[in-house]
Amino acid sequence: MAAAVRSQVISLYRMMLTESKKFPSYNYRTYALRRVRDAFRANGALEDPRAVERLVVEGQQTLALIKRQVRHTHLNDLIWVTGDGRQREMGRINKYNYFAKNDDD
Amino acid sequence: LIKKNNTCVCANLFRSKPSQRHQASPDLNKIKLIKRHELEIDELRPLYMDFQATTPMDPRVLDAMLPYQVNYYGNPHSKTHAFGWESESAMETARRQVADLIGADPREIIFTSGATESNNMAIKGVARFYKTKKRHVITTQTEHKCVLDSCRILASEGFSITYLPVQANGIVDLELLEASIRPDTSLLSVMTINNEIGVKQPMKEIGQICRSKGVFLHTDAAQAVGKIPINVTDMKVDLMSISGHKIYGPKGVGALYVRRRPRVRLEPLQSGGGQERGLRSGTVPTPLAVGLGAACSIAQQEMEYDHQRVSMLANRLVQKITSELPDVIMNGDAEQRYAGCVNLSFAYVEGESLLMALKDVALSSGSACTSASLEPSYVLRAIGTDEDLAHSSIRFGIGRFTTEAEVDYTAEKCITQVSRLREMSPLWEMVQEGIDLKSIKWTQH
Repeated sequence: MAAAVRSQVISLYRMMLTESKKFPSYNYRTYALRRVRDAFRANGALEDPRAVERLVVEGQQTLALIKRQVRHTHLNDLIWVTGDGRQREMGRINKYNYFAKNDDD
Repeated sequence: LIKKNNTCVCANLFRSKPSQRHQASPDLNKIKLIKRHELEIDELRPLYMDFQATTPMDPRVLDAMLPYQVNYYGNPHSKTHAFGWESESAMETARRQVADLIGADPREIIFTSGATESNNMAIKGVARFYKTKKRHVITTQTEHKCVLDSCRILASEGFSITYLPVQANGIVDLELLEASIRPDTSLLSVMTINNEIGVKQPMKEIGQICRSKGVFLHTDAAQAVGKIPINVTDMKVDLMSISGHKIYGPKGVGALYVRRRPRVRLEPLQSGGGQERGLRSGTVPTPLAVGLGAACSIAQQEMEYDHQRVSMLANRLVQKITSELPDVIMNGDAEQRYAGCVNLSFAYVEGESLLMALKDVALSSGSACTSASLEPSYVLRAIGTDEDLAHSSIRFGIGRFTTEAEVDYTAEKCITQVSRLREMSPLWEMVQEGIDLKSIKWTQH
């Protein structure tokens, strides 16, 4: 494989793994990581540039899909109001800061 | 505070609510109240090992469905504007995807609201259409409740129904099947893969028999589609029910394959505007149909990968459990099965108590539709399991999203809990001492 294509494939692989790690659901996260890794391994020996290009395009579409789905499944997080009246979004702000010191869990 | 951190499997354990906190200032109380509410929402949930009851939606399926839930919301039967046209084209694409998975023509696929509706349509529709000449319907004793109930309704309408028994391994006896076909038989209904014991029926042979005798063959393939290769021409099947939520698609949609050559005629259950070839009137839910199509095309791509993985995980689970625990019986044939449905009976242990002990793993004993009743599953009774073994059976469902860690955890938990329950069981004590339980004369009180 040409060096430029190879580096493109490797960066695509790395980006897909990074995005897959952001799934909140354990099952989706492990599946995405596993499937991406196995798919890239299975196609690792391909030489035909057209097939490689087709797979790279498919990979980019899947990357966009993973990003969208990560965002969608995060949408189940609620927005709630703390005692001091400010709105906070779960999972974004380090909301446990206030409690971490006082908590005995 | 333990944050909900899903990177390790133990994070998936069910965790009880935090204990009462000591008194503090009112502001702090309010915040802590909110935190407790948040924790309740954030509760760690059990591992999911019940893939025969339903499956989570694949993210790719959800991605395909969302545009049709939000932007492309037209009625696919509206012929006059772009909303209708784009919705219809999506529906037809989905139809083609479903047809490709089972080797059919797209015109032979009817979208329904699920496999239950498809089963009802097939059985009642075919039987009623041919009722002047043919009054006999054959089915097996291990069918899904909707099939058995449809046959019961037909019996009350005057049809005669034969419920074929199955052998001890769960597979129908082909000679008995052939012998029960009469000249006035219109339909034979056999499910491809059983949802409780995972047994695969010899569909090719059954199709051969039915074709030679001129009987329509209907199969409930809800558990089989997308998991094993299915071709309706090879199997000589005339009607096939497909369920969306068993193949990582949305709930509330299914399909019925109705053969066109040679034509199978049905009396429609649902009358209306003549949609879906007049067999199932009503607006086709485009997002759900698109989801079903996407699920089918994904299943076709991933079938081999999933099959290898599920077989590996199922073997791992069964090996782990049977190597540590004695007196564990797998219900159903060991070879002719779908690997992902493992039904194990643990002798001298009560099934419900084992399920309660394994409460951080989502399992079931018997199928979801019979779990409300206290009777043991009729499928297990049909394959001849003893009453006590039927009560102690658990079904482990393994699917696309199961991980090795989940399987290992389930196996270990199962081993410890079964050992613990057996320690407490007087029957187990008696067996250890060598007493034959069948020879005991239990006194009446």
